[in-house]
Amino acid sequence: MLIKRPADIVSSDITPRALFDTRRDFIRAAGLGAGAALLGGLPEIAGAQGKRGEKLGPLAKSPFSTDEKLNDYDDITSYCNFYEFGTDKGDPSKNAHRMVTRPWTVSIEGLVQKPKTLGIEEVLKLAPLEERIYRLRCVEAWSMVVPWVGIPLSVLLRQVEPLGSAKYVEFTTLADPKTMPGVRSAVLEWPYVEGLRLDEAMHPLSIMAVGLYGEMLPNQNGAPIRLVVPWKYGFKSAKSIVKIRFTDKEPLSAWSRAAGREYGFYSNVNPDVDHPRWSQGRERRIGEFSKRKTLVFNGYGDQVASLYAGMDLRKYY
Amino acid sequence: MQARASTAPPPGRTARAWTPGATVFRWLWRTVWLACLVPLIWLAFCAYADRLGANPIEHITRATGDWTLRLLLVTLAVTPLRQITDWHWLVRLRRLLGLYAFFYACLHLLTYVWLDQFFDIEGIVKDIIKRPFVTIGFAAFVLMLPLALTSTHGMVRRLGGRAWQRLHKLVYAVGVLGVAHYWWLVKKDLTEPILYAAILTLLFGMRLWHARRLRAHVAAQTA
Repeated sequence: MLIKRPADIVSSDITPRALFDTRRDFIRAAGLGAGAALLGGLPEIAGAQGKRGEKLGPLAKSPFSTDEKLNDYDDITSYCNFYEFGTDKGDPSKNAHRMVTRPWTVSIEGLVQKPKTLGIEEVLKLAPLEERIYRLRCVEAWSMVVPWVGIPLSVLLRQVEPLGSAKYVEFTTLADPKTMPGVRSAVLEWPYVEGLRLDEAMHPLSIMAVGLYGEMLPNQNGAPIRLVVPWKYGFKSAKSIVKIRFTDKEPLSAWSRAAGREYGFYSNVNPDVDHPRWSQGRERRIGEFSKRKTLVFNGYGDQVASLYAGMDLRKYY
Repeated sequence: MQARASTAPPPGRTARAWTPGATVFRWLWRTVWLACLVPLIWLAFCAYADRLGANPIEHITRATGDWTLRLLLVTLAVTPLRQITDWHWLVRLRRLLGLYAFFYACLHLLTYVWLDQFFDIEGIVKDIIKRPFVTIGFAAFVLMLPLALTSTHGMVRRLGGRAWQRLHKLVYAVGVLGVAHYWWLVKKDLTEPILYAAILTLLFGMRLWHARRLRAHVAAQTA
């Protein structure tokens, strides 16, 4: 017998563009307390649009969180690099609504005792969700402060009992040409692959994020589950992850494959090691006028510098 | 064959090419003048209406750079277009277009110096020396300066037509440097720089093709 799954349409799937564009005003109005009245008055909009994101909670606070001023929800969700949806930073927020994030599984395999394929619902139950307010520094010399919600990556990785021979972790993300227009262009090799050394992956700062601002992660920010490694350039934090593989060889990440001289495996934020074509000495914090100095390891040196003791960071960029 | 060639008009020259009258041309000129201002007006509107996105300075830098390049290509298209259509009056719009390209280049540079670097002269000098794409962009701007300065009727007269024309051949270099500047700064997606490069190549190709035909024509006539 064919068991039919109920149509798995994400509410935003059927949102007309015009409505999508007015969403922010709508949210703002709703936020001002007019929500109930507005929803009552405009049932068809409420029905088609749904809510901004499902609330996640309760959330544990984290000592790793910064107390810097957060970037707006609008900025974080409209200014994204997610090449699967196009190379313009406005593209993901326009195109990502077509990505289907339920059902979603993450398979964890490679050099492990117990390979597993976990549904996203199972992942969400592995550990209490934490809020982690991290700085995000893009390799393009801009930065944000983002209130992620997630679980430590180490919790997920321990599920499969890595073997002693495992030295690296490789992350593979979704590449679906049907819903991701960027995947149809050869701008990078798909699927997008990223990697970490095992000790980097197990570091308490590394998280798998499932949410933003206390809500489910919006598609354009890497729903339903993404990596966040705050001391590395943003592109290391792979989005919409479907596979995690333990290996004994350094994974070749998508950006290294595309331009290895410009994007190395480590890609730690480092103001003293410039990108071959531009300076990494300063950055523009989105929402600020003048640039600020970039901090080594994006300001997380106290926690992570020891991982690279004795390494020439110019060589291992 | 040769006899026919000697009586035929030069290649590409048709007997009656359309030429606007003085009034029509004046209106055409004004329309182009205003049209070239639209990108700036739009940018100002976006700034006013808070529609420049999360990174407004990047947006302004890109927009002014894009329009410099576009107007430069339009300026470079005048001669090939003239050669195809025989609309020689087009050349009377060329200075306007070229000066607008320079105008947007100035805004682009000003955005970089003011909004991006905030007059950090040391940083700017370092950037120009160290970053190839900044070096190239700055070189293109410097090469535009003499062209803009000698754009007046008085300067054309003072230099003499031939010297003026030779000087203004620099615009080709500006075009190449401008496209290279864009090509070099893009992180990965080269679609747009490739498009600009293709248009530039096409325009150069048309010039060369025309020059060759003209040479062949002259040769045929003198034979």
